[in-house]
Amino acid sequence: MHLLKLILRNALRHKLRTLLTVLGLLVAILSFGLLQTVVDAWYSGAAAAAPDRLVTRSSVSLMVPLPAHYRDKIRAIDGVRAVAAANWFAGIYQEPKNFFPQFAIDAVSYLAMYPEYRIPDDQLRAFLRDRKGAVVGRKLAQTYGFKVGDVVPLRGTIFPGTWEFVVRAIYDGATPRTDTSQFFFHWDYLNESVRTRAPQRANQVGVFVVRVNDAGRAAEISAAIDAEFGNSAAETLTETEQAFQIGFVKQTEAIVIAIRIVSFVVIFIILAVMANTMAMTARERRAEYATLKALGFGPGFLGSLIFGESLAIALIGSALGVALTFPVAHWFGAKMGTLFPVFAVSASTVWLQAACAVVVGVAAAVIPALRAARVRIVDGLRAVG
Amino acid sequence: MPQSASAVVIRHLTKSYRRGGQVVPVLNDISFDIATGDFVALMGPSGSGKSTLLNLIAGIDRPDSGELRVGGVDINGLDEAELADWRSRNVGFIFQFYNLMPVLTAFENVELPLLLTGLSARERREHVDMALTMVGLADRITHYPSELSGGQQQRVAIARAIITDPAILVADEPTGDLDRAAAEDVLVLIERMNRELGKTIIMVTHDPHSAQHARSVKHLEKGLLAD
Repeated sequence: MHLLKLILRNALRHKLRTLLTVLGLLVAILSFGLLQTVVDAWYSGAAAAAPDRLVTRSSVSLMVPLPAHYRDKIRAIDGVRAVAAANWFAGIYQEPKNFFPQFAIDAVSYLAMYPEYRIPDDQLRAFLRDRKGAVVGRKLAQTYGFKVGDVVPLRGTIFPGTWEFVVRAIYDGATPRTDTSQFFFHWDYLNESVRTRAPQRANQVGVFVVRVNDAGRAAEISAAIDAEFGNSAAETLTETEQAFQIGFVKQTEAIVIAIRIVSFVVIFIILAVMANTMAMTARERRAEYATLKALGFGPGFLGSLIFGESLAIALIGSALGVALTFPVAHWFGAKMGTLFPVFAVSASTVWLQAACAVVVGVAAAVIPALRAARVRIVDGLRAVG
Repeated sequence: MPQSASAVVIRHLTKSYRRGGQVVPVLNDISFDIATGDFVALMGPSGSGKSTLLNLIAGIDRPDSGELRVGGVDINGLDEAELADWRSRNVGFIFQFYNLMPVLTAFENVELPLLLTGLSARERREHVDMALTMVGLADRITHYPSELSGGQQQRVAIARAIITDPAILVADEPTGDLDRAAAEDVLVLIERMNRELGKTIIMVTHDPHSAQHARSVKHLEKGLLAD
């Protein structure tokens, strides 16, 4: 109790210095949390992937389509429960900066594979009835003000022309980490339109999403699918949905690595600031440490004083930083719109922030504590007056 | 533990420091005893070694050679932890600049050495109240050092020095930072600790007036006893 009292009173001796250090920690821990959340957002697709979902694409490139008739052959493979086609549409809504993912899908089978997309029954029925209908995620609807019944024109880039869709349903996510920034419409509508506009591009699919009966057989079934189309004109590459998503992230991995490095550099900088503060503090109190030693207090007590003060400052600053991470991340996520489909502070980020606070608090105190423990009483007492 | 009639026994004590690669002798073959209950003033010019001798007797520095028994204990034979424990039970410190913890009240400063004992909070409070009453500061227990005059701070330091009831009090220029009136009050108080509580007191001073309060005076000159 006395030790705690002494630690807290010592921490408040230089109020401005302590306040500035706490502010520095707050900013550092907040920045670290936001940067980690950006990294998490990058991997959110992979994190949300289901183990029983596979993705089959061309073995050449994602840009190379597969024949639509592969759908039936894949469905016939042992262990496959369902198959759905999906085409990346890449349309522009009003202007290029309004980016959001758009997919033409086999509506019934695709949506059945994604139970995390929660659609009201009446809206789902309306969507299935309307060949030009679309399903949009809640975040996307909020970002652009889409309502059920609205007509959304998209200017095609891969599929030229202006395409009009009617919003028939808005889906919510089963959890806050579900991506609700997507736009789905009927693959049949796309295919019929392409057949009239550019017949040579009809009956082609970007990827097939495959649901298997047993996630434990994912590798075996993936191999079976690829073997089915081996030595054909359009060989396939099948992988788990998670591996497929990570493949996307890998393309921008350098950015993710840079963000990670910057986040830890921020922590290292505040560690240096904190260590300097504690070194200054300990230097100013040499005479007090010498006096305590003369009175019979051991190096352990002095170490506890310094470690305690350093940890107290670090934890106060970090607690404020962690607390602020949530509203700031919410604001930041809203500002980013659909660029980051999921921008939520994860539990692991909070734990990392807490761990950084402890590491900073402890590391900053190591050298001052060692010096205080080693100070010769007669030398320390000379520092008075 | 062997008992000694003398509170302090010093034999052939030497001490030197290293400064800039040079060995500077400070104490050179000092031998004398301090009787239990004595009040000794160590006097001498700056650099004569009087503070060094006090530090050695108090167990906060170590001699190069020689024998040093305090309260019958060969303190040079103790390791750091043992020496710290010995100091906490046997030596009370009075410093020139009081050396109080600025973030603790007068009460808490005096209570500090008792935290190393097994006394309960109630027992500690009783002891502290008694010590502060003895030094005339019963009405200042909640004051921080910055709210006290120099003389009052030194009296708090004296209360802290006697709180564990040590046999020996060491005082290094205890009036060096005080005006004449406050210095006189402090010296009278230290004298009372010797006379009424029977404490053995060793006080370093270069002020002849302060030394008059002591029962005996030892003069040091260039690391040697002058008398």
